[in-house]
Amino acid sequence: MLALAALLTHPAPAQLARETGPKCASSAVATAPVARPAEHGPLPTLLSQTGLYRPGSTTEIAPENRLYSPQYPLWSDAAVKRRWIGLPPRTQIDASNPEEWQFPSGTRFWKEFSFAGARVETRYLERLSDGTYRYASYVWDPALGDARLAPEGGLPGVSELAPNVQHDVPSREDCRVCHEGRSTPVLGFRALQLSTERDPLAPHREAIPSGSLTLEVLMSQGLLTNFPREWASRTPRIDAPSATARAAAGYLFANCAHCHNARGPLATLDLDLDQELIPTGYSTMLATVAGRASSYRLPGADSSQRVVPGRPQESALWFRMQSRFPAAQMPPLGTKIVDRDAVRLLDRFIRQM
Amino acid sequence: MKRHWVTTVVLSSALFGLTAWFASRSATGAPPAPAGSSEANVSVSTAAKGVDARRAMIARGEHLVLSSGCNDCHTPLKMGKNGPEPDMTRMLSGHPEAMKLPPPPAATMPWLVAAAVTNTAWAGPWGVSFTANLTPDLETGLGGWSEAEFAQAIKSGRHRGRGRPVLPPMPIPAYRNFTDDELAAIFAYLGSVPALKNRVPEPLPPAPPKVAHG
Repeated sequence: MLALAALLTHPAPAQLARETGPKCASSAVATAPVARPAEHGPLPTLLSQTGLYRPGSTTEIAPENRLYSPQYPLWSDAAVKRRWIGLPPRTQIDASNPEEWQFPSGTRFWKEFSFAGARVETRYLERLSDGTYRYASYVWDPALGDARLAPEGGLPGVSELAPNVQHDVPSREDCRVCHEGRSTPVLGFRALQLSTERDPLAPHREAIPSGSLTLEVLMSQGLLTNFPREWASRTPRIDAPSATARAAAGYLFANCAHCHNARGPLATLDLDLDQELIPTGYSTMLATVAGRASSYRLPGADSSQRVVPGRPQESALWFRMQSRFPAAQMPPLGTKIVDRDAVRLLDRFIRQM
Repeated sequence: MKRHWVTTVVLSSALFGLTAWFASRSATGAPPAPAGSSEANVSVSTAAKGVDARRAMIARGEHLVLSSGCNDCHTPLKMGKNGPEPDMTRMLSGHPEAMKLPPPPAATMPWLVAAAVTNTAWAGPWGVSFTANLTPDLETGLGGWSEAEFAQAIKSGRHRGRGRPVLPPMPIPAYRNFTDDELAAIFAYLGSVPALKNRVPEPLPPAPPKVAHG
């Protein structure tokens, strides 16, 4: 059957065997020291071997890994997410470029996705000694009580989100598509995202978890170095003319700016939805969307604009956000269900322009 | 009514072309050496080698484009004396912008796919896809893409390497086996063909399933 799914790369059986490797005995997990996977060696076959948990556990987080929660969460089809960072001992994050923090070699990130109260997958990002990052996803197996390394080509249909809508584990190529659209692949762990002052209108906002890392905590515990003095004394906040505009800009930043920014491979599009600490971030964003021609044309139109002020339904940005036709939807991957809260927010934002 | 669609069940990757583009490279800005000097001779020799290498690369790209069937879908067919033949005045410019199509015929199993008479529009379970303008036109072709985006698009199967999925019948699973050098050569060749302004339509979603009322 010819279908879009046929275009996805699925690993050959030999590749699958290489990726998955021999099954690990649970005793090996229990007796392992606090795991640090061998750099440039194969990825661990089980999540419990990546160092996220205390030895022998798949629920208790190892104390060196710290919870964090971004101010503007990425929409992932209503997944409930938990995130952790593991910094190597006695290391710091270099914040000399406040927009693109540099993480020490050996830094690891985990993001756990749960649907309907069940853990479905946990994604893993690790900075290697050569400065590159590697990506993996681990798929939870309730019978095993652990999560197994997903094949490089991803794994479709691991959880039902809605009738005939399945959650897919992304391929590593798709991980790179989203994460390598700017100079650092770490997307949700940045100054604006870790601000203690939270946007009250951010869709799907989360309360700051107790004991989690915030910008304030990072600075007070000496985990940031070279953070410019002029930024250290300010609370990161999008400088927008209204609460709606602030939340809309924050949403676009978190969900779109990893591709649509002024520094990455798509910079030639001149669509910059970045925010961060740049005081002009909001006005730059506005200038690259409002009244600007879109390379995408709405159905039946000979030409379209990214945003037509006052008219959301004539705006390509709004149209593509509320579409899940794969050739039209934005973001183009990582979601199969429209974020209705965000569509309403952007509707208000465009009408108020 | 003029017949626009041809129904088929066969999808051969030999029929299908590449989505791609080209961005020309500017020459280095070094000042020229005085004529007749040894430095100038070396410079001329080096430049000549560069031109030769570029020509060889474009020739290799042309060979790959021709042997991989890119024209089969990306150059519209027209009716000739002996039947359909590629309209080389529109070489590699994709589905003609001015060609408006009626809705595709409903697929009835075992028939699965319909193609327009130009071979540039395809209807199937994914909706309707239109073959891309591969010429180096800046606005409607590949003139705004980088070589990296082109290579990444073929390898990832995503528009510009990070956007929407490239739709069937583009044989991404076959073409992602091109090497980096081959993709660079294809890219160089596509950048050398005449730029044609032709804004290809956006893909269309599949028709919603008909609900039976009983």
